Amino acid sequence: MRVALAVPCYVDQFRPQAARAALALLERLGCDVRLAFDAPCCGQPMYNAGQHRAARAAADNWARASSDFDAIVMPSGSCTHYVRHHLPALLDSRPSAHAARVTYELCEFIAGPLGRPTLSGRFPHRVAMHLGCHAQRGLRLGGASELHQPVDGSMRTLLAGLEGLTFADLDRPDECCGFGGSFAVGEPDVSVSMGRDKLADVARHHADVLVSSDPSCLLHLEAVARARGDALRTLHIAELLEEATR
Amino acid sequence: MSREFLSPRTGHARAAAGFLGDAERAAWHDQSLWLVRQKRDRATALPEWEALRDAGAALKAHAMSRLAALLEQFERTATANGVRVHWARDAAEHNAIVLGILAEANVTRVSKSKSMLTEECGLNPYLEAHGIEVVDTDLGERIVQLAKEPPSHIVMPAIHWKREEIGALFHRTIGTPAGESDPDRLTAAARVHLRDTLLTAGAGITGANVLVAETGGVVVCTNEGNADLGMHTAPIHIACAGIEKIVATRDDLGVLLRLLARSGTGQPVTSYTTHVNSPKPGGAMHVVLVNNGRTSRLADEAMRSALHCIRCGACLNTCPVYRRSGGYSYGHVIQGPIGAILAPGVDLGAHHELAFASTLCGSCADVCPVRINIPEQLLTWRERAAAAGHAPRGYGVLFPVLGWFLSRLDRFEWGARIARRLQRWLPAALLGGRANPWTRPGRALPVLADESFRDWARREGRHQ
Repeated sequence: MRVALAVPCYVDQFRPQAARAALALLERLGCDVRLAFDAPCCGQPMYNAGQHRAARAAADNWARASSDFDAIVMPSGSCTHYVRHHLPALLDSRPSAHAARVTYELCEFIAGPLGRPTLSGRFPHRVAMHLGCHAQRGLRLGGASELHQPVDGSMRTLLAGLEGLTFADLDRPDECCGFGGSFAVGEPDVSVSMGRDKLADVARHHADVLVSSDPSCLLHLEAVARARGDALRTLHIAELLEEATR
Repeated sequence: MSREFLSPRTGHARAAAGFLGDAERAAWHDQSLWLVRQKRDRATALPEWEALRDAGAALKAHAMSRLAALLEQFERTATANGVRVHWARDAAEHNAIVLGILAEANVTRVSKSKSMLTEECGLNPYLEAHGIEVVDTDLGERIVQLAKEPPSHIVMPAIHWKREEIGALFHRTIGTPAGESDPDRLTAAARVHLRDTLLTAGAGITGANVLVAETGGVVVCTNEGNADLGMHTAPIHIACAGIEKIVATRDDLGVLLRLLARSGTGQPVTSYTTHVNSPKPGGAMHVVLVNNGRTSRLADEAMRSALHCIRCGACLNTCPVYRRSGGYSYGHVIQGPIGAILAPGVDLGAHHELAFASTLCGSCADVCPVRINIPEQLLTWRERAAAAGHAPRGYGVLFPVLGWFLSRLDRFEWGARIARRLQRWLPAALLGGRANPWTRPGRALPVLADESFRDWARREGRHQ
């Protein structure tokens, strides 16, 4: 299957290893992956701050870049949620409607269009999972506790199929980590407090690894952990799956 | 705080920082509310729960679509039952109507219970300024009244008070023994203290959880029963209600009351669900219907569903921001996620910042018993705030600049190269530290990778 890997702006610069892992993983699963997606950002940072005018140029550039592809994979639940649910309303253009139709979050793509709900691999670690709110409640890629749904979804199933992996299930499995885009700097104290509580939950359940489908959550959580001298290993789901199926 | 430059911190954020300054109390507050959220989860684990939410959303949408007709029907049916119905355009009219009723009957002391609407209208200070003593009779409301504070939560007004502090407050104000902090004994003392008011008040003011157009009935839900004592012992009962409390039929109550109790406090039903349809023999009953901006909200299609709110408080209890910032950080009579979408509609200039007091995690929409799309409305308020020139400080510069860099690959990569150099040359202490809102509360600087993904792909000949 031919797909484009659309790497979010901050992943390109702060966590290229997640994009490289996603590339390797998709190729291992038989995809013909195109990297010539030459729009740096979907526009979400500006859009979520209410700055639609500032978001439009980036969003339009991103939507146009998408028209060359029949399937686009993003290693980020948050960006995918925005592309699917907000981009078309922001731009009201043919490319944006196309983008909304063909863009997938990585786990969603592997389990769905690729038809691989589980992968054979080995990851002998105790793993705490943080889906990310936009993947969970925006894209509904996992159950929500307040809807009385189990902790499940494509990421959970992919992880559960790995040999040796055990889950460190959290007390508050779907409490937000506190990143929230501009919220992280607009409400820094609440943001960091939420991050600390998430890390404390992870530590209480003796996880070796914290994995997320959202690199932005990881960017924030890692920064909170590092400031506290916490040596927790954090992985993006692409990094974990790539390592496990190597 | 003053050393933090270029900070987009809002008023809510500063208040939240103050609240979090007492880390132990903040953690206690978070956990207390999380327990209520969990209780709600258990009480709403019913096979028909999602269908109930659909029904609740539908019957509220129906009522809002026929608001004028239903209110007039209510006026007819209630009047036929012997109830006096009053119409208040705004808070000032509401207060004047209530004062008029009390003055006509020479009432100087009233009991009051269960009304966020009277908080919204500022009724207590208004009546007190006119020489009328108002005693809030719900325990939580009485606590904050004795402390001269507004409620910090729409359902649990004194949730931010620890029992030892309540003991000290009661010792100072109603004479309980020093050091008493046993909840049962404090509640018993409050009961004795309030009994005198309840038996001697000239009028009982209550709110209304629901108004039923079909029957002209007022429904009041409480757990302590003091609203019932207040309305039944005094010769005059005044129920004050926002016009959005109307529903078409009595059958609608079967849906709404289940949604309310289970979502709000995690109970199958509230301890007291009182249906008041007519004045007591020899007494008088008044209903004051208050608009105070609600019809403007109704005219605003994208934001209309906020009027569905039944004030259960579930969105406050589940909100990770509310739990860690406290009710007062919102600076509005309705707190939490629902407050953050209601307040900007009251005054965008004064309250636009509340739309930014959210990570958009979406849990509020999931718990909302009448399916109000809170995160979407927060986003719409953010956009409207920006369009009206009310964005948080710095947003109007920061985001257009960011948008410029992110709109084209060459600009983006050029900007990233500069940032990488800055990171290499400038000491971390200058980039981070107390001046940077990212790092100040305890977060390390994120580190730009030595080589971006695209640069790697180019080097590998993969960027095709």
